[in-house]
Amino acid sequence: MVPLPYYLVLSGMLFACGVVGFLIKRNIITIFMSIELMLNGVNLSFVAFAAQWHALSGQVFVFFVMVVAAAEAAVGLAIIIAVYRTRETLNVDQVNLLKL
Amino acid sequence: MKSNLHLWLIPILPLLGMAVNGFFGRRFSRQWVAAVALASCGGSFAMALNIAARVRGLALPHTEVLTTWIKAGGLNVGYAFYLDQLSLVMLLVVTGVGFLIHIYSIGYMWDEGGFYRFFAYLNLFMFFMLTLVLANNYLLMFVGWEGVGLASYLLIGFWFTKDSAAAAGKKAFIVNRIGDFGFLIALFLMFKYFGALRFDQVFLAVSDFRPETSAGLLTAIALLLMVGAAGKSAQIPLYVWLPDAMEGPTPVSALIHAATMVTAGVYMVARSHMIFERAPTALTVVAIVGTLTALFAATIGIAQTDIKKVLAYSTISQLGYMFLACGVAAFSAGIFHLMTHAFFKGLLFLGAGSVIHAVGGEQDMRRMGGLRYYAPWTFWTMTIATFAIAGIPPLAGFFSKDEILWKAYSSGHWVFWLVGIITAFITSFYMFRLWFLTFFGDYRGAAADHHGHIQADTHSHGEPHESPLVMVVPLVILAVLSFVGGWAGVHGRFENFLAPVFNEGRASLGLEAGSEVAPGRLELILTVASVAVGFLGLYLAYLLYVRRPQLPEKIAGSMGGFYAAVLNKYYVDELYAALFVKPLIDGSTRILWRGVDQEIIDAAVNESADGARHVSDNIRHMQSGNLRSYAGWVASGAAAVIVYMIWVGVR
Repeated sequence: MVPLPYYLVLSGMLFACGVVGFLIKRNIITIFMSIELMLNGVNLSFVAFAAQWHALSGQVFVFFVMVVAAAEAAVGLAIIIAVYRTRETLNVDQVNLLKL
Repeated sequence: MKSNLHLWLIPILPLLGMAVNGFFGRRFSRQWVAAVALASCGGSFAMALNIAARVRGLALPHTEVLTTWIKAGGLNVGYAFYLDQLSLVMLLVVTGVGFLIHIYSIGYMWDEGGFYRFFAYLNLFMFFMLTLVLANNYLLMFVGWEGVGLASYLLIGFWFTKDSAAAAGKKAFIVNRIGDFGFLIALFLMFKYFGALRFDQVFLAVSDFRPETSAGLLTAIALLLMVGAAGKSAQIPLYVWLPDAMEGPTPVSALIHAATMVTAGVYMVARSHMIFERAPTALTVVAIVGTLTALFAATIGIAQTDIKKVLAYSTISQLGYMFLACGVAAFSAGIFHLMTHAFFKGLLFLGAGSVIHAVGGEQDMRRMGGLRYYAPWTFWTMTIATFAIAGIPPLAGFFSKDEILWKAYSSGHWVFWLVGIITAFITSFYMFRLWFLTFFGDYRGAAADHHGHIQADTHSHGEPHESPLVMVVPLVILAVLSFVGGWAGVHGRFENFLAPVFNEGRASLGLEAGSEVAPGRLELILTVASVAVGFLGLYLAYLLYVRRPQLPEKIAGSMGGFYAAVLNKYYVDELYAALFVKPLIDGSTRILWRGVDQEIIDAAVNESADGARHVSDNIRHMQSGNLRSYAGWVASGAAAVIVYMIWVGVR
């Protein structure tokens, strides 16, 4: 059996990749994918702990996260399409009308 | 016999008149406004007359409790009325003279704007004055006291578009407030030490006291009451508002500033005689203040040229007489003079109003003259009033003034008598000066000259003319009263009538009721002296203003600085301005306004607003609209939380 720290390190690396991608990428689709990466990093730590402690609640949480992520993907992609139609760009640095 | 007198109706009727005229008078015709005002005031007068007619069958003092007004702890103040001989006299004077002046005002104010407003205020004044007179406790009296001050303020500033009138109203109100402060503290002291404010309870508590030989509680209360009386009744040092109050319409000057309101102080002192009699020091102070005021104001009256100002200083001087009487514990003499003074001074003011009306708004006596041909009724009634105030027998002023002078002399302080008789001489002189200047010689005014008095005369003023009948009738009635009013005091009848009020305190003091030196030769000599000074004043005025009209200027010139001081009212207004008004304004401007308000309160508000804006100016740059910078803030925030938790965990 693979010991817990391996999972946690992988989970942390996935999460860090997501954060870094979120921060440095300009393309909104990529940012969106980075968010998914962060969610899955967290999911991995959940199932890892669930397997470690033989508790089912961790796995239940993962299902919840996946459902929410799916809903979020549907809404988020719709927003992205709407943004693209009006602004004709996917570069978030150019979607900045809300500043002072 | 215990009967229901419905005393409450007497003050309520004018209040109703005020409400009707005040709320709906704008839509009424002048006739209706006058009818409402007259009916309400006349109703009160009729009730007062009815009570006076039944007075022998009544059990006085009569108390009528309407309802409890304030009940808190040990304090129980009723909305209750009290009728005894003293308040009956005041009641008759106030309603009677008030009713006559209401009639007169209809003629005088007919062409003025705000006719309904004037009568609403006048009725409001009557309500408060009657409340003051009829109250059965000091607190209700104080309500009336403040109320007449309010009505006085409103009526002095009746022509409020005129700056001087508005300022005069304000001055009267503020100066009165100083006096009211003293009155209020006296009430607090009574409540603290006697636990009651009702007259009978307070006097019952007081009757246990012996006369205070040194300063004590009763002296303090009496002196504080005197401060209040000095404010309301225009005595030194608070008299300065009354001359300025002449800015109001002349009927107002007659009603409020001569006949009724200003005598409220005398009434209050007389009502509190139980307290004053047990505080000899306070009584002496009252007598000194009264005497000084009488002399002081009379000398100012000599040099005034405005007909109403002369009468104003004369009023102050006569009020001084009343306080002198109270100060020598001759309260009934003071009230007697109060009554006769209400007649003849009311008449003098109404006559002056008629004169001013006759010459089209002129108030300067130097521009009058010869009016006896133009306004004979005014002339004859004014003549009676002038002789009355000068103390010429058998007119009213002679009896009351002589009574006061005799009481002052028999009190053992001949100085009071001496100053009093000098004042009587000066009074006679300046009143005859007014009389000669106004009615004798040739008419010196320019025709159709409007000036001073704001009067929207539409009819042309070719030459002086007599006033309409509605103004002349009250003059005649008051003239009759000024003539015969003094006869009430013959053989001490007036004093005996008031004796039940003023003797209740004496009995417990161990003095026999109405202890009097038998009137003998001495009184006759003093009477002759006081009549003599009256005629001396007449002769001097005749000499100076009819025989040798150039002489007054020469005398004035030779007097130099003293004449200037008298002409400028001894610079008292200027002194007060320098001593109190200017430091107050400067202090308010520099310290309170520019210092406290602007530098501390405003500054605190402004500084905190500036600070908030400064901080938010810096913080708002976080909100760049750049999505990735938001993400960066979230990430660094999360990182900070993690670092904090690790740090806490490690520790």
